[in-house]
Amino acid sequence: MTTPVLSVRDLVVEIPTRRGVLRPVDQVSYDIHAGEILGVVGESGAGKSMTGNAVIGLLDRPARIVSGEVLLSGEPVHALKGERLRKLRGKKMGMIFQDPLTSLNPLLTIGEQLTETILEHLDVTQSEARERAIAALDEVGIPAARQRIGSYPHEFSGGMRQRVVIALALCAEPDLVIADEPTTALDVSVQAQIVALLKRLCREKGVAVMLVTHDMGVIAEAADRVAVMYAGRLAELGPVREVITNARHPYTAGLMASTPVASQGHRRLRQIPGAMPRLDNLPSGCAFHPRCDRAEPRCREEPGPSLEACDGRAACWFPLTEKTEVSA
Amino acid sequence: MSAIVKVEDLTRIFDVSKPWLNRVIERSPRALLTAVSEVSFEIEENSVYALVGESGSGKSTIGKIMVGLVPPSRGRVEVDGVDLATETDRAKVDAVRADIQMIFQDPYASLNPRWTVRDIINEPVSIKGGDTKGLAERLLEQVGLSAVDAGKYPHEFSGGQRQRICIARALAAGPRIIVCDEPTSALDVSVQSQVLNLMSDLREELGLTYLFISHDLTVVHHMADKIGVLYLGGLVEEAPRDRLFDAPKHPYTQMLFDAAPRMDAFGREVDPPKGEIPDAINPPPGCPFHPRCPIAVDRCREERPRLRPIGETRVACHLAE
Amino acid sequence: MSELQTEIETKAKTSPGRLARAWDSDLAYSFRNNPVAMVSAFVVSLLILAAIFAPLIAPHDPFNPATLNLMNGFTPPGQANQFTQEYFLLGTDDQGRDVFSTILYGMRISLFVGFAAVMLALVIGVLLGLLAGYLGGWVETIIMRIADIQLTFPAILVAMLIFGIAKGITPPEYRDQMAIWVLILAIGLSDWVQFARVVRGATLVEKNREYVQAARLIGRSPFSIMVRHILPNVLNPVLVIATISLALAIIAEATLSFLGVGAPPTKPSLGTLIRIGQEFMFSGEWWILFFPAVTLLALALSINLLGDWLRDALNPKLR
Repeated sequence: MTTPVLSVRDLVVEIPTRRGVLRPVDQVSYDIHAGEILGVVGESGAGKSMTGNAVIGLLDRPARIVSGEVLLSGEPVHALKGERLRKLRGKKMGMIFQDPLTSLNPLLTIGEQLTETILEHLDVTQSEARERAIAALDEVGIPAARQRIGSYPHEFSGGMRQRVVIALALCAEPDLVIADEPTTALDVSVQAQIVALLKRLCREKGVAVMLVTHDMGVIAEAADRVAVMYAGRLAELGPVREVITNARHPYTAGLMASTPVASQGHRRLRQIPGAMPRLDNLPSGCAFHPRCDRAEPRCREEPGPSLEACDGRAACWFPLTEKTEVSA
Repeated sequence: MSAIVKVEDLTRIFDVSKPWLNRVIERSPRALLTAVSEVSFEIEENSVYALVGESGSGKSTIGKIMVGLVPPSRGRVEVDGVDLATETDRAKVDAVRADIQMIFQDPYASLNPRWTVRDIINEPVSIKGGDTKGLAERLLEQVGLSAVDAGKYPHEFSGGQRQRICIARALAAGPRIIVCDEPTSALDVSVQSQVLNLMSDLREELGLTYLFISHDLTVVHHMADKIGVLYLGGLVEEAPRDRLFDAPKHPYTQMLFDAAPRMDAFGREVDPPKGEIPDAINPPPGCPFHPRCPIAVDRCREERPRLRPIGETRVACHLAE
Repeated sequence: MSELQTEIETKAKTSPGRLARAWDSDLAYSFRNNPVAMVSAFVVSLLILAAIFAPLIAPHDPFNPATLNLMNGFTPPGQANQFTQEYFLLGTDDQGRDVFSTILYGMRISLFVGFAAVMLALVIGVLLGLLAGYLGGWVETIIMRIADIQLTFPAILVAMLIFGIAKGITPPEYRDQMAIWVLILAIGLSDWVQFARVVRGATLVEKNREYVQAARLIGRSPFSIMVRHILPNVLNPVLVIATISLALAIIAEATLSFLGVGAPPTKPSLGTLIRIGQEFMFSGEWWILFFPAVTLLALALSINLLGDWLRDALNPKLR
């Protein structure tokens, strides 16, 4: 088997606070191969954005990686700092943020921002960089790219701006793109356009994509595999169809059941009681046990098992085995 | 059943011009944004009427006009036969105001961080000099929180719990109608289902009527009895829920349904919708949807379609049948 | 990151006593971990306590002519007077007044004028800022244009103008009594603008938040919304400005007094003492100037440092 583009091994991120050390990312491991979209899904506070930031080296102090490895095409990158990290970011890794307006510099034209990034990371001349910038804009579906390259970010609509951000993330031809809630700020019709664009670029360019979102619908349509996070840990990892139609972890199953599905009609929604625990107030044992209807004494006493304990699928002592209905 | 809310020909125009000095120097004309354009609908008692649309569709503005936060430019909203904007009888206005309450989108911004939960929930009653003894405690238990929470401050609660507090505050005045402006879009899925279930329960227990404003089709499908689809300030289609979802008549409704991500559509290759929502200051002539419409004909570019009934559906499209 | 931070900040606190909660709050924590803030707070409270209890602490009453002995004039600090053999910790001035005692009494005047002027500026500024921010329209235009015009004059010039007018309309025999109140009025009126600007900005943010809309919906009057809902939420920046303004007001008072338009020599403030002292600066009697000046410096500097810490501690972005 080929080396995965991104390989995260037992990653632990900690934030020391005055009330103790928080672990927003706890023992997380996964791979992403070239041309594959891994969806990372979870509710707010689950640690999904923090995982992406840790991979790309954008952790805000005082958060830091305390153990584990991040391998990019087999090379360890989690310990890189300063100039070497900056070179790697952009060249090997691109990032797409939730809010396209704040991730572009309002004082520079999009052409300046694109050529600057290309010149920084690729060995090309100024005019070649400009041609590449136009090609990149063309590729993400910006009409009349040659004319619009001199425009400023505020002259674009929200959806077009997100396309520019995607062009910017891809213009240095990275191997890995981390998209953090790329469609959350957009309208439904524009969201569909951006999802289709991401899928096409991933396929055509063989880029590995880590798609961080809270929207199961987006995951279902775009991702090849999905990682479900809960309270900093991976709850479930598997091919997207498997995870959605045949969830093994009770949390994933509950999440699916509580999503109002269009075909379901006026029935009462199934609900998971309570809310995700705060990181500074995690319950003992498996973090999900207070909300879990399958919890047994073991779940209260021992921390949840690693993914490997359940054929690499679900980190649960008593995973669901039979086929369960999505809309149960 | 009779209509408790009647919205007639409702229009709201916002003046978004630059200051007059800039206009004179730059020779730019006044910029008028038509946020809501000639919208008419009725809400039946004890039903859920949903308004769906994307950003700029005017759905939130309609909600704000209905509760009296924004005055309409033209048209009227009648609640129990009383028009809030023109009614001069103070007693009638007060009665209607107490009848209609609102739940907001952002549970973090809609509670005053310096007030205790008790004061927040009691406010609608205490401002009228009413008796608030035990009121907050009773309402907290009704919305699934505990009476001891009354002495706490909003920051001690999670997003879902805050939205329950907002619901309790809305209930304090004893309303018959609640305008819900994206009540769950700031919440996580597992919490969203709790809040939606609570709203359904309260509707049955208290006989409430909801105007449910949302961009999320799955949530609307779950909650609504009747749905109005808005595009660029105008109602393009209105139908009972099942009719709308089974047989959408307007191409925009069709497009929304196709674009919405679905959990059972693995690796679905959709042909994404064309274009984006046009600028509401300079809307396209004729049907506002025609630049994105796959079936538009010449007539759509010239003549704005009116809402016309087809069976149980009302639709604003020349070609719908 | 941000969702996590809010989570940490909004963490559930099991609530024991109010005092224990205050001690456990983020503000108290940041205070305990900031040596500069702690030292400043210590110096400020020491000086304020010394000023309040001046009649008990001061070894002499410098303003009672009966106890003054001209023979004690120009006694250097830490030495006995060559004629009377009396001992003065910080020396005496030309009239034989104990410098230590005059500083204690001078600080009372300085701090009183400073606090009162800031309170005046705060009340005017917060009120006008709330009105401008919440009502908008022509109310806002008028208030903020007045503020803009006032900002084009240096504050000290405004104060001198008000002082001059007041001096012109009060009869001579009341002038010394009136001087303090005129000082407060002058400094207070020249200082309201920054309160108004900050409060207006914060009000513009708060008034669009949904809790204010909820209050409008309930039928609260605009004034009631301003006072009960918006005011408590704009007080953090007001507190910071008030602290820094206090230091500025004390310095403004000293400046005016130094220029001779402030506190009269019969009721000297620190500024008056410095003015008296500078006459003897070059004739060798340095202590008459030096000790009041150092006290003023210590007072203004510690209040300022305290204000800086408060600003950082109350700013959620810097946490």
